[in-house]
Amino acid sequence: MSNNAADHGGQGAPRGGDIAIEISGLNKWFGDFHVLKDIDLKVYKGERIVICGPSGSGKSTLIRCINRLEEHQRGRIVVEGIELTSDLKRIENIRREVGMVFQHFNLFPHLTTLENCTLGPVWARNMPKARAEALAMEYLERVRIPEQANKYPGQLSGGQRQRVAIARALCMNPKIMLFDEPTSALDPEMVKEVLDVMTDLARSGMTMLVVTHEMGFAREVADRIIFMDEGQIVEENEPEAFFADPRHERTRTFLGQILS
Amino acid sequence: MAPRRRPYVRSAMAPSQPPPMLASGPLGWLRRNLFSNWWNSALTLACLYLIYALAAPLVQFALIDAVWQGADREACLPAKGQGAGACWAYIHAKFGQFIYGRYPAAERWRVDLVFLLLAGGLIPVAMPSVPGKRWNVLFLLAVFPVAAYILLFGGWFTLPRVETARWGGLMLTLVVAISGIAASLPLGVLLALGRRSALPAVRLASIVFIEFWRGVPLITVLFMSSVLLPLFLPDGVHFDKLLRALIGVALFSAAYMAEVVRGGLQAIPRGQYEAAMALGLGYWKTMRLIVLPQALKLVIPGIVNTFIGLFKDTTLVLIIGLFDLLGIIQLSFTDPKWASPNQSLTAYLFAAGVYWLFCFGMSRYSLFMERRLNVEQRS
Ligand SMILES: Nc1ncnc2c1ncn2[C@@H]1O[C@H](COP(=O)(O)OP(=O)(O)OP(=O)(O)O)[C@@H](O)[C@H]1O
Ligand SMILES: [Mg+2]
Repeated sequence: MSNNAADHGGQGAPRGGDIAIEISGLNKWFGDFHVLKDIDLKVYKGERIVICGPSGSGKSTLIRCINRLEEHQRGRIVVEGIELTSDLKRIENIRREVGMVFQHFNLFPHLTTLENCTLGPVWARNMPKARAEALAMEYLERVRIPEQANKYPGQLSGGQRQRVAIARALCMNPKIMLFDEPTSALDPEMVKEVLDVMTDLARSGMTMLVVTHEMGFAREVADRIIFMDEGQIVEENEPEAFFADPRHERTRTFLGQILS
Repeated sequence: MAPRRRPYVRSAMAPSQPPPMLASGPLGWLRRNLFSNWWNSALTLACLYLIYALAAPLVQFALIDAVWQGADREACLPAKGQGAGACWAYIHAKFGQFIYGRYPAAERWRVDLVFLLLAGGLIPVAMPSVPGKRWNVLFLLAVFPVAAYILLFGGWFTLPRVETARWGGLMLTLVVAISGIAASLPLGVLLALGRRSALPAVRLASIVFIEFWRGVPLITVLFMSSVLLPLFLPDGVHFDKLLRALIGVALFSAAYMAEVVRGGLQAIPRGQYEAAMALGLGYWKTMRLIVLPQALKLVIPGIVNTFIGLFKDTTLVLIIGLFDLLGIIQLSFTDPKWASPNQSLTAYLFAAGVYWLFCFGMSRYSLFMERRLNVEQRS
């Protein structure tokens, strides 16, 4: 375990490389409610970032701003060199580069596993159907459920559904993957199968932003951990330092609650 | 020291036995469902008696006392001292008229051909196991309407023209109902989407349209379209009466359809939209591929309900002087050759049977589709 963590620490965060996401001075309100306050964040290509924090701190809102599921009111978000504006063309371009995995899977219940996976490539990327199916099978194998290709989501277990959701996002060949609490709707015995898939993905060099409370995963995989509270980034550090020596009072309280 | 108890372990599996006689099979079913206690038994007997009391006179009238053959009213007049039954001979004699209205007899093959084309297109579409749905639907949506128009209306090639004023009977009923159904579903979907649109102008227009058409009775719509509209149109502008009725019926049912579809749209969770957006699908693709297939499936019963309502509402075209099935039947009462006491009762029974057949068919088919879609997608 500690070996593993050391391995990843050894690779080090690819600081100074190309920037995948650049967020500066981001502010967002829901009506009068100030959800995100002056967020600054640079994510480098290939970096794995875990975001944690108490409920309602704005973690989901932050990553949903990156692919415009939420609109921000002030500040700049640049994804893969494209700045997010209200220009629909740009938004669609960014969404094609950014895959997202949701807490509640959000699979399309009227389509089979395979159709869930080919929908994006065929309709958003105009890929021929046969090629999309080959691609989908490849990714279903990677998330270890090729045998479920012709079942409907309603016939799968929670862990299987989430792995299909990951495969579906990967089929778009995204440069960045966003995960919003991918394991928190799962029964405990299914959490591991999903985390394993995510760990594999991290090893392959994917840029990942993961909102999660799975601290074991964070320790093993993350290059950086970001702690958010009340719409702000309170603390940000490499995992070892983050767990060994949390600087901020709130971080300590939070870690105390979650690790106990 | 108490003796140590060994855990219980079964050494052989118990064999299965057939169920007791009264627990399964038709007898078991009767006992379980109809005669499970004295109160249920009493209810069952009472219902059986009620069914008998209602059905017996009907069977007597429609089958036992019925007159099946005859050349004119003489056959159907009640003989002395006994009541007469249904006058099926009269239905038989007027059958062509009931089906085709006043469509010229020599041209009726055109109507038959249209019926055949429709059945040929519709039956394979309705059967899920038949392949080639895409071409089939294309035929129904693109080829069939043109073919039906040319065949029924004529004036093309060597086909003589048949004015819509001569159309009637079941054929007219089906023309109104089917074009109403075919137009109201897509229109209703568009209106429902419009009502939920993010664009205020589109939303407002949809709301106004829907609420206007839902607010007026169909009979008013038809009446205004045939009486008032011509007053506003400039002289010499001819606007076919049937066409006006078709438009009225289509818009009217589109408004109802829109509300049914909207109910389905509201049931689709936000996560579905978000997942589609996250994949980079635009609005129309999201609607077409993700939202509508699920929403429409949810509201199949409501959609079919609207279709059935529309089918029966077609009888209202009578008010503007179009003779649909019911209209042509009523018109035939004026024929002195067949005047007899049971003439109208027989004819209405016939009409009720025809309407019931179509509506019941639609209802059963929707149940079948619902069940099939559910089986497909659930474990
Ligand atoms: N659509 C919305 N309209 C209004 N308020 C919202 C909306 N979405 C989120 N909020 C509020 O914004 C705050 C941040 O929400 P967010 O979902 O980002 O929190 P979170 O950190 O992801 O919490 P959790 O761990 O519970 O998922 C919460 O107080 C929430 O009530
Ligand atoms: Mg959240």
